[in-house]
Amino acid sequence: MKGFWPVYKKELYATFASPIFYAVAFIFLVVTGIFFYLILDYFNHLSFELAQNPMFARQVNVMEIALRSFFLNLSFILLFLAPLITMRLYAEERKSGTLELLFTYPITDSATVAGKFAASATAFLLLLVGTMPGLIAFALIASPAWKPIVSGYLGTFLIGCSFISLGLFTSSLTQNQIISAFAAFGMLLILWFIGETATLLGPTLGKLAEYLSVTRHFDAFAKGVLDSRDLIYYCLFVILFLFLTHRQMNSYRWRG
Amino acid sequence: MIEAEGLTKFYGPIAAIKDVTFQVEKGEIVGFLGPNGAGKSTTIRILTCYMPPTAGTARVDGLDCMERSLEIRKKIGYLPENVPLYRDSTVRRFLRFAASAKGIPGGKVEKEVRRVMGMCGLEKEANRIISHLSKGYRQRVGIAQALVSDPPVLVLDEPTIGLDPTQIVEIRRLVQELGHNRTILLSSHILPEVAQICGRVLIISKGEIVATDSPKNLTSQLQKTARIMLEVSAPSPEIVAGLEKIRGVQRVEAATEGTGKFTIEADPTTDVRPEIARMVVERGAGLLELRAVQLSLEEIFMQLVTREEVAEKAPSLEGSSQVEVAE
Repeated sequence: MKGFWPVYKKELYATFASPIFYAVAFIFLVVTGIFFYLILDYFNHLSFELAQNPMFARQVNVMEIALRSFFLNLSFILLFLAPLITMRLYAEERKSGTLELLFTYPITDSATVAGKFAASATAFLLLLVGTMPGLIAFALIASPAWKPIVSGYLGTFLIGCSFISLGLFTSSLTQNQIISAFAAFGMLLILWFIGETATLLGPTLGKLAEYLSVTRHFDAFAKGVLDSRDLIYYCLFVILFLFLTHRQMNSYRWRG
Repeated sequence: MIEAEGLTKFYGPIAAIKDVTFQVEKGEIVGFLGPNGAGKSTTIRILTCYMPPTAGTARVDGLDCMERSLEIRKKIGYLPENVPLYRDSTVRRFLRFAASAKGIPGGKVEKEVRRVMGMCGLEKEANRIISHLSKGYRQRVGIAQALVSDPPVLVLDEPTIGLDPTQIVEIRRLVQELGHNRTILLSSHILPEVAQICGRVLIISKGEIVATDSPKNLTSQLQKTARIMLEVSAPSPEIVAGLEKIRGVQRVEAATEGTGKFTIEADPTTDVRPEIARMVVERGAGLLELRAVQLSLEEIFMQLVTREEVAEKAPSLEGSSQVEVAE
């Protein structure tokens, strides 16, 4: 992994130097803010109604409903925004020719891939931190349920990392940033909705579709449940796409 | 220092270079010359470990480019064609990245960056964004990043392309200075440049090395006739006739009609100049200029590069003329 830190630092700087990141951050924070407000509003209504119906209230955990929809919304926005963060990673270097510098400096390809991924993941982590104040205030006013909040954020971070690894891969396929973003967006949409097709596919294939779905593995996190299967799913997802990116770079070298 | 042995590279079905073999000794400045698309960049990219060859081996300092890639990359400072740079970055930040990527320890990065900026005259531009710099300065940044970590081998792919004459002279001087204690492989399609800087020239055409020698030797080898420039004050048909009679003169050509300038081609084994001088004076004309002309590197280059093309094109030209006749 020779060269990880230089690449990481360079990419982090490039991310914060580019206007795309600020546009993405602005939209992300505004949209999550709006969603958060709507969910809070819904939470209010629900609490009032349940207060008049104590029998029903005992069966429903309002906090859980609110948090789950908040985190699901968060990850859905990421579906659109993660490709915008990752699209320049390799595409820009290919277009401007700077990939030739990276390829001829004494750093390994795996360090480059890892450095680029880690820098994007760091930028994404900052975005997530930006959504926290509202939620913390909410959790302090209402009965604080820290466990689903922490696991929800962990899940969102993992799902975001998966999106970034896939975006990194599509960025390595082309020198056009827009194509890279669209390819990532398309692949992510398929992985997002593949779980919904389970009922159509029959028992065996349906099960497979559910395993592959990025959302099915996310549900448990949003509920506050940590399942090793979900952790492994996201880790494998990231590793697979980092590996594919590495292979793609190798093939790019051969083709010249 | 640099050895290429039977290097071949295919892009799909097209061979960019075929069986390229050459050596560059330690401390040499070698010019790599060829028309666009001849395979210069491909060869250079293989030597700098950017891409692997389809066949053959490349070695730098005795290490194989395929097996010891990372070690070789440390020894080579490379300026790629068209000088790719991180344009959104400042000069200093970019060079700092280059230094740390090349393994300079954190504490020494700043010192190293200052050293290369000093060598390339970039101190004043240190905090400017690269995309705001003029082309000449960008070229210097490109050379500066190649010099980071003081590599013993420099590979420069078209270092002066697109620069204005003053900038070209500056870069050329810089390369000459750098060549005092380094091995340099420099590609170019500008011949005078190569003739000035390089001790040896490799000429590549259509993916094959067609000649390697010093510019001087190439000139004398390929010069089949001695060429002489003559200028007389009063040109007359008698002088022309007199010139043609001199033993060893093969052809006399008036350079421009009526000016008294002649180009004379003669047998290279005998020097015909004393004869010419005597003859001109005897006919009562003033001798203004008389000198032997060396075949320029351009002409050698054209001879080498076009030799094959002429051979290839000749039959097809005949074919097309026949078609015209038939019509």
